[in-house]
Amino acid sequence: MGCVEIRGISKLFGNTRAVDHVDLATNEGEFLVLLGPSGCGKTTLLRMIAGIEEPTEGEMAIDGRVVTNLPPRMRNIAMVFQSYALYPHMTVYKNIAFPLHSRGMGKEAVRKKVEWAAAMFKIGRLLDRKPRELSGGERQRVALARAMVREPSVFLLDEPLSNLDALLRTSAREELRQFQRRVGVTTIYVTHDQVEAMGLGDRIVVMSQGKIRQIGTPMEIYLWPADTFVATFVGSPPMNLLDQGETLLGFRPETFLPADAVEGSEGVVTYPFEVTYLEYLGAERLVYGNVGEKSHARHVVSRLPGSLTLPLEAGKSYPFAVALRDLRRFDKKSGLHRKEGGPS
Amino acid sequence: MPNVRKLASRGGLYTLLGLFVFFSAFPFYWMVIATFKSDHDLFSPLNNPFLFNEPATLDHLKLLLFDTHYLTYLWNTLAVGLVVVVITLAVAVPAAYALARWARGWGEMLGIGIFLTYLVPPTILFIPLSRFTSFLGLQESLWSLILVYPTFTIPFCTWLLMGFFKTIPKDIEEQAMIDGLSRFGAMWKVVLPLSISGVLTVVVFAFTLSMHEFIYALTFISVSVKKTVSIGVPEELVRGDVFQWGPLMAGALIASLPVAVVYTYFLDRFVAGFTMGAVK
Amino acid sequence: MSGQPISNRPAYGAGEGFRDRESALAKLMIAPAILYIVAMIGVPFVLAILYSLSDATTGDPYIRIVGLRNFAAAFADPVFRLSLWNTVFFTLVSQCFVVLLSRLLATALLKKFRWKGLVRFLIMLPWTAPISLGTIGWLWMFDSIFSPIDWVLRYVGLLGTPGALLGAGTNLYYLGIPGLAISSVILVDIWRILPLATVIQLAGLSSIPKDLLEAAEVDGATPWHRTLKITIPLTLPITSIAFLFGVVFTFTDLVVVYVLTRGGPVNTTQVLSTWTFFRGIEGGNLAEGAAISLFMFPVLAAVAILILRTARRTEVV
Repeated sequence: MGCVEIRGISKLFGNTRAVDHVDLATNEGEFLVLLGPSGCGKTTLLRMIAGIEEPTEGEMAIDGRVVTNLPPRMRNIAMVFQSYALYPHMTVYKNIAFPLHSRGMGKEAVRKKVEWAAAMFKIGRLLDRKPRELSGGERQRVALARAMVREPSVFLLDEPLSNLDALLRTSAREELRQFQRRVGVTTIYVTHDQVEAMGLGDRIVVMSQGKIRQIGTPMEIYLWPADTFVATFVGSPPMNLLDQGETLLGFRPETFLPADAVEGSEGVVTYPFEVTYLEYLGAERLVYGNVGEKSHARHVVSRLPGSLTLPLEAGKSYPFAVALRDLRRFDKKSGLHRKEGGPS
Repeated sequence: MPNVRKLASRGGLYTLLGLFVFFSAFPFYWMVIATFKSDHDLFSPLNNPFLFNEPATLDHLKLLLFDTHYLTYLWNTLAVGLVVVVITLAVAVPAAYALARWARGWGEMLGIGIFLTYLVPPTILFIPLSRFTSFLGLQESLWSLILVYPTFTIPFCTWLLMGFFKTIPKDIEEQAMIDGLSRFGAMWKVVLPLSISGVLTVVVFAFTLSMHEFIYALTFISVSVKKTVSIGVPEELVRGDVFQWGPLMAGALIASLPVAVVYTYFLDRFVAGFTMGAVK
Repeated sequence: MSGQPISNRPAYGAGEGFRDRESALAKLMIAPAILYIVAMIGVPFVLAILYSLSDATTGDPYIRIVGLRNFAAAFADPVFRLSLWNTVFFTLVSQCFVVLLSRLLATALLKKFRWKGLVRFLIMLPWTAPISLGTIGWLWMFDSIFSPIDWVLRYVGLLGTPGALLGAGTNLYYLGIPGLAISSVILVDIWRILPLATVIQLAGLSSIPKDLLEAAEVDGATPWHRTLKITIPLTLPITSIAFLFGVVFTFTDLVVVYVLTRGGPVNTTQVLSTWTFFRGIEGGNLAEGAAISLFMFPVLAAVAILILRTARRTEVV
């Protein structure tokens, strides 16, 4: 149930490749996140899975059935749009019931299902209202209830949290994840927010310019980025990259600490760090500065946990270090990760 | 003192508006007066034309309604208008929807192209079209008008509806398709209910444009009982060389006012069509 | 699960892609409109050209191409030349007035005042009432005996007494003297288009974002300066469109001239549309009528192109 397989899918708009030879297969019941900057093709890919966009090349199957040319209604998928796409002229009840009506279900059966879906998202009391009377969070729940009411094999979400204000977003994120775990439906979720992706995803598909850069668990993506794009896109502030001739040396800001604080049984690399600017953010401090000779000075960021209270001043130089095991090497030309040690 | 300036500018505004209202509306004011003024009063050049110097009369109305074909004209106009509305809807709604939803790029171009045919004047087309209608045996028949009027209602209304359908977010239709409808079903069950006001606008304009039309009616129809109000009133309410001013004004007034009221109500939509998206 | 190539699995209800059916559906939906327009506008237009090159009359309506003689005959005909001139003259004069007046009126209508609905209704009447019927109202205004305008002029002494500013006669023959007839037609042309131009300009004026004007005010610009530098440039597209549509409707107008003067006195107010009607339909000379009407086309085509260009350039705000 809920397996989506994508082989060699491409989408061309005129001469632009919005999606470029993508191969992907979901695991049953997983929460898969498509992550990337705007224009990377993630939404186009999602729309092709839904069937509202036609692939130029490639094939797609859902639960073993080839769906590449099938219209959306034959794919047993449900989708929530960024705008929620609630039918403005129908009540919440009718909105949720809509997918069932179009399948010709009896009135009583429909009512039961609608109430079940509404209860799942705690919107039972809103059933008689019209969309324009609802808040953003309430509309989102109605959209989710409508999607779930058919018990689809795959659940597609296109940045459903981006229209909510920040506070609501975090609690909505949590609820969404819990709900998905409970119901266990395979979910494909599109977002450009890497924090959201890391928090929600069982696996993350990082995309850029129509291509998949890496597929992996949040930990894999974070600790072992496949290329410089993933390394700098995921993580805020992004991974530091130092030019070393033919390779780029990468390390995360939180691994770049005052030399005394770095524990490196396998070895440590030390750099004199000239601090230019500090930001106190409460739980942590961000220290901006340069390493290297004056002529080759490179800008790096260090992330100090709040517990590390070493006083630092702009304009001064301090010995900072990175443990060898935290270093990553990337080929300068291709940007790809070069495996020299570390898990493959 | 600010108050005096405000008062003066207020006064200036009202004066300006007053002048414009006067300019636009006073021919219609006269129509109202002339409808009820007795002939004797009307045709005495020394009498003050702005007032009723002699008691008002209903004679003109009686003459108009009972002694002329006026009611027939109204009926003809109504009949033609309604059929033209139906034809326009049947042709323009699907075309506008298809152009708005599909065909990125060429859809827009085609839509504009269709709109521009609205600008082809009847006076270029009426000679060939008159041959056309007599070839079909439709001369002197209201069907000739019904056949030809869509040449201006369809281009304009298609364009108007195109703009209108574009305001309905694509999301909603796509959602409906995901929820189980075919494209056609989505159109029928979701888009059309949301387009009621657009459809209504088309009905109003197709009807009023038909009602206003003069040139084709003048060209195709000369038999009195087949005329529409638009040509019937100016052409027929003249006995010999004499204008029956009273009934003439009454006839003009009765046919003008209801149309004007409805048209005014929908005027903003009309303008939206003309400004072609130049104004958001 | 994933291992076997996808294409080996049987497809379910695929057939040809539904996309193909959709694009066929789209074409089907657009077809009636296109067919109708081609048949009832495109074909007649071509026929008009053919007629203009023929010698067809209502008595002998068959098209035999005889060359450009109708066009030559038209140029030789002084009434035609006059109607061509009139068409251009009436249009330009009336529309220049309309642009300025409608701008003024639109600015006034932006303000808040009471009875706005009624005022709008009354101002719109010339456009919303059927053209022929509204023009009939003017027939009375211009009547050579009973004109209320003349009554007022006599009342205030400008007319009717020896030494009066406008002459000693009891009436001005608005539709009987060439100069006055021309002015009367132009006046009614202005009267008719003013509401349409006003509403279009109103839409343009209300679409200027308030922030722009407020920012300019904060920067110290005077109201006049703001109008000149912000309002006018930003509304130029809309004003152009109002002007162009006004031009189209006046240029091709037959109703106003026909109802008011029938083109008289002595053909002095003929315009291309009316002259086409009189020669082609009433006179039965289809070929000549078609030729005359085609003179309208170049101007209309130019206007259509200008409208297109203006509409394209309007994604400014």
